[in-house]
Amino acid sequence: MVTESKGTIPEIALEGVTKRFRNAAVAVENISITVERGEFVTFLGPSGCGKSTLLKLVSGLSPVSEGTVRVNGMTPESARAFVSFIFQDATLLPWRTVETNVGLGMELEHAARPARKERVAQMLDLVGLSHVARRYPRQLSGGMKMRASIARALVSRPRILLMDEPFAALDEMARDRLNEELLRLYSEQKWTVLFVTHSVAEAVFLSTRIVILAAHPGRVAHEIKVDLPWPRTAETRESKAFEEEVTRASRMLRGVYQG
Amino acid sequence: MKRQGLLAINSVIVLACILSLWQAVVSLNHVPPYILPGPLAVAHALHDGFSSLLKSLLITTEEAAGGLAASIIAGVAAAMVFAQWRWLRQLLYPYTILLQTVPIVAIAPLIINWAGAGILSVTIVTFIICLAPIIANTTQGLISVDENLIHLFLMYKATPAQVLFKLRLPNALPNLFTGIRISAGISVIGGITGELFAGSTRVGEGGLGYAILYANAQMETSYLFALVFAATVLGFGFFFIVMFLEWLALHNWHESKRSHAAE
Repeated sequence: MVTESKGTIPEIALEGVTKRFRNAAVAVENISITVERGEFVTFLGPSGCGKSTLLKLVSGLSPVSEGTVRVNGMTPESARAFVSFIFQDATLLPWRTVETNVGLGMELEHAARPARKERVAQMLDLVGLSHVARRYPRQLSGGMKMRASIARALVSRPRILLMDEPFAALDEMARDRLNEELLRLYSEQKWTVLFVTHSVAEAVFLSTRIVILAAHPGRVAHEIKVDLPWPRTAETRESKAFEEEVTRASRMLRGVYQG
Repeated sequence: MKRQGLLAINSVIVLACILSLWQAVVSLNHVPPYILPGPLAVAHALHDGFSSLLKSLLITTEEAAGGLAASIIAGVAAAMVFAQWRWLRQLLYPYTILLQTVPIVAIAPLIINWAGAGILSVTIVTFIICLAPIIANTTQGLISVDENLIHLFLMYKATPAQVLFKLRLPNALPNLFTGIRISAGISVIGGITGELFAGSTRVGEGGLGYAILYANAQMETSYLFALVFAATVLGFGFFFIVMFLEWLALHNWHESKRSHAAE
């Protein structure tokens, strides 16, 4: 890393990363992954392979036991300003309306109210929630809550999105639609995304690259470059190429489960 | 709507039946009023002694409300300290249970020794018995925050104060109200119990507890019943005020207050 020139600093770089919990259980062991700017990388693997742990390490919410994590050359903590984390649950504050939830980050940074309102309105428009801006989370469907969560993550104009099974709790139709919208935003906003899921189809549809992890301890088993044309839409799922990619990834994943 | 009206009418009929039965038992058996007054005698006593009863009621209200308010302020402050420093919580939290188990009847005379007879002592007694439910419930609410919400605030580089005031405290609001509801009920009991020991600095004048003792000594049993009635009304009043405030604070967002408007 030291030898690299300034122009080629990878967006996210994990080198020999090991994470042990306090009870000495090893979550991930000696993982090295480099993610370039603009990649959409999905972690796929059985429970206990440390998919979610990897996101916690990249965000700095959890410290590494060994190895280094660099985000745009910086420590995870100092890179937080341009990283947004989207959790499995929408994690909206139930006592706040949708718009004040979405504006939470700017509020905590003491951003001026007019700027905040404008930015929040833009983001709600982007995810199609303008009509429920004044509602409370409990009045929203699961899909709408997740949209609000995404809007909240985008308010700060992140360069990097960390998404921890964000659509796991949704029904398949809602998940597919949100996947399509996520890609539409991804192609506009050019983030780098680390995404965690259990669904092979979701991983294939979204990713430029899939990292398949094995469990106990978590380690990289395979990497797949997904060769599907862009832009990817609902029709992509019906294509032969999509089917083949899913089959290929499933086969590798099965190998990991059996091994 | 029609159903509720019917229910109200039925309740009134049941009440009327009970009162009539009570009056009949007293009248037919010629029970002397100092043993058991009939409802008519009680109503009469209520009417005749209304101004002194109102005075007693106001004194007890002041003591109960004062003690409750102080317990809310001190209890929330203590809970915030407990939520912020785990080691302090582990060190001191067990002692809050002592607050709950201490027999207030036993320490009330002590407090009077220290603070003197009168409203202050009674307010302190009320404060002590109201405190534990507030601390216990609020602490629970402050520390049981979804871990991912904490992570979210960390990602935003929120200060500890922001985490406390924008996350933990709102999260604890439903628990705080549970505590206040419990304490509001016992605050009236606390006030009256305190007054039994330290009701008044002047003979014949004091809160409901003192007036109950006084009426009993004077064999004014009808008036005593009127005082008990007033104490019950006061307890109900506290309860409904707290329920209303709770509804105001939570009805928009909390699941327990889910209305038809949602979804």
